[in-house]
Amino acid sequence: MSSHSIEGRPKAIRAVPVRHPGRWVAAGLIAILTIMAIHALITNPRFHWAEQAKYAFDSSVLAGVRTTLMLTFFSMLIGVVLGIILAIMRLSTNPLVSGAAWLYIWVFRGTPVLVQLLVWASLGALFPTLGLGIPFGHVFFSARTFDLIPGLAAALLGLGLNEAAYMSEIVRAGILSVDEGQTEAATALGMTKMLTLRRIVLPQAMRVIVPPTGNETISMLKTTSLVAYVPYYELLFKIQNIYTRTYQVMPMLIMASLWYLAMTSILMTVQYYIERHFSRGSLRALPPTPVQRFRTRFLGISG
Amino acid sequence: MMTKPMVQAQNVYKSFGRLEVLKGIDLEVAPQQVFCIVGPSGSGKSTFLRCINHLEKIDAGRLLVDGELVGYHERGGLLHEMREREVAAQRRKIGMVFQSFNLFPHMTVLGNVMEAPMNVKGETKSIVNERAIKLLERVGLKDKINNYPSQLSGGQQQRVAIARALAMEPALMLFDEPTSALDPELVGEVLDVMRKLAEDGMTMIVVTHEMNFAREVGDALVFMDGGVVVESGHPRDVLGNPQHERTKAFLSKVL
Repeated sequence: MSSHSIEGRPKAIRAVPVRHPGRWVAAGLIAILTIMAIHALITNPRFHWAEQAKYAFDSSVLAGVRTTLMLTFFSMLIGVVLGIILAIMRLSTNPLVSGAAWLYIWVFRGTPVLVQLLVWASLGALFPTLGLGIPFGHVFFSARTFDLIPGLAAALLGLGLNEAAYMSEIVRAGILSVDEGQTEAATALGMTKMLTLRRIVLPQAMRVIVPPTGNETISMLKTTSLVAYVPYYELLFKIQNIYTRTYQVMPMLIMASLWYLAMTSILMTVQYYIERHFSRGSLRALPPTPVQRFRTRFLGISG
Repeated sequence: MMTKPMVQAQNVYKSFGRLEVLKGIDLEVAPQQVFCIVGPSGSGKSTFLRCINHLEKIDAGRLLVDGELVGYHERGGLLHEMREREVAAQRRKIGMVFQSFNLFPHMTVLGNVMEAPMNVKGETKSIVNERAIKLLERVGLKDKINNYPSQLSGGQQQRVAIARALAMEPALMLFDEPTSALDPELVGEVLDVMRKLAEDGMTMIVVTHEMNFAREVGDALVFMDGGVVVESGHPRDVLGNPQHERTKAFLSKVL
């Protein structure tokens, strides 16, 4: 502290804060609209809440939920793995390799995913049998396409291959975001291209790759509902089965929406923590977790 | 006694597209020598340094490190390009320190130093760990081993980069303007580490603008301009009594 200052530190500033009347009006409007919405939800008997509650945890609905999660997981797995391979192919200096990746992305990103799903499901119409053998020569093994690609396989192929096209662009953007100096430093240390990619470039690219991948996963969870038309028994398919029996279309669709909302909420939480993990080293201090933020804000405990 | 030179450049040429950057570089670096390269920007000194570990391919001439051609096998008078793994193996013997540090930001200081010995050389973790800690102690950063690079000052980052290169136990160290990106008050700590390294007998090629360092620590110095070596000799002579007009003009601006 400076010794020559006689008064020492001046008093802290205490100013009259700026008023925000607009905010109060907006808050009031939102409050009124919220109350109206809740009122409608409670008093309108056509929502059939009791009916919804009866089926919400029905074993067939739960089976649909499990299938939806399973489809999301495996489709994303296919999408991410194939997406990384395609991204590396696109960055290849060999024009045939990068061209092949470009063609793949062009086709799979340029056609609707529902069409792709239906094509996979009815591939038998195009190729009645699929076989393994020497090209244009002897066939060792062949089987009917419909037996080889059941609903599940068609669903995973349709969703996963489509996703790979999107993921490859995300991964490529991530790889390109990593500074050239990183590759040079790794090369100078005697690392091969693949080792550099695996140890140095991809981990840093993750910071750019993870947020859009989280969005893709959430989007995928909802896109799996298209599989109901393959058909394969995921959540929407199960719900449709119920409402064709009970004729309670709207209550069942609302219930399905609540299930999708619950699942995407969980995924959003997971995404937050994964992003936090991959921001290591790029931020001086990690952002607080929601739990930490709650504690500092309401209980006055930090750290 | 004739000692085998650590680096031999014979009439080295290099172009980027139509721009010729190196126009016949001839020089020799003896083992344990501190060899300084000075010159204006665009003179080709960094490019030459990057040719030594094959970050850039030379177009003509011969470049040998420790008696081996860099990046090529010579069989029956023909040059054969080396496979990626063979080039990588050659690079292990050559450490490089960059102007912009290029530490791996997603790894701790210790992780940066241990990465290459473990994953390139395949050494066991405990041995590498011990060596890494010793090296970080040597560059004065033992208390920072668990920090991430973003938590360090520029001078500290560059010292980690030196330790990272040394962890591969190289026979030759290349420094590409190691203090040019640093705040003036941080230059000294990096030069001190380099000075100690020179005292320990490391062969070093240093591209630098630090003329005092070159004069005090350097054993040999070349002045490059326009892709050629204009003048060479002992740093004391070249810097103190330049013979060539271009050298005089350059030194009058930087000294």
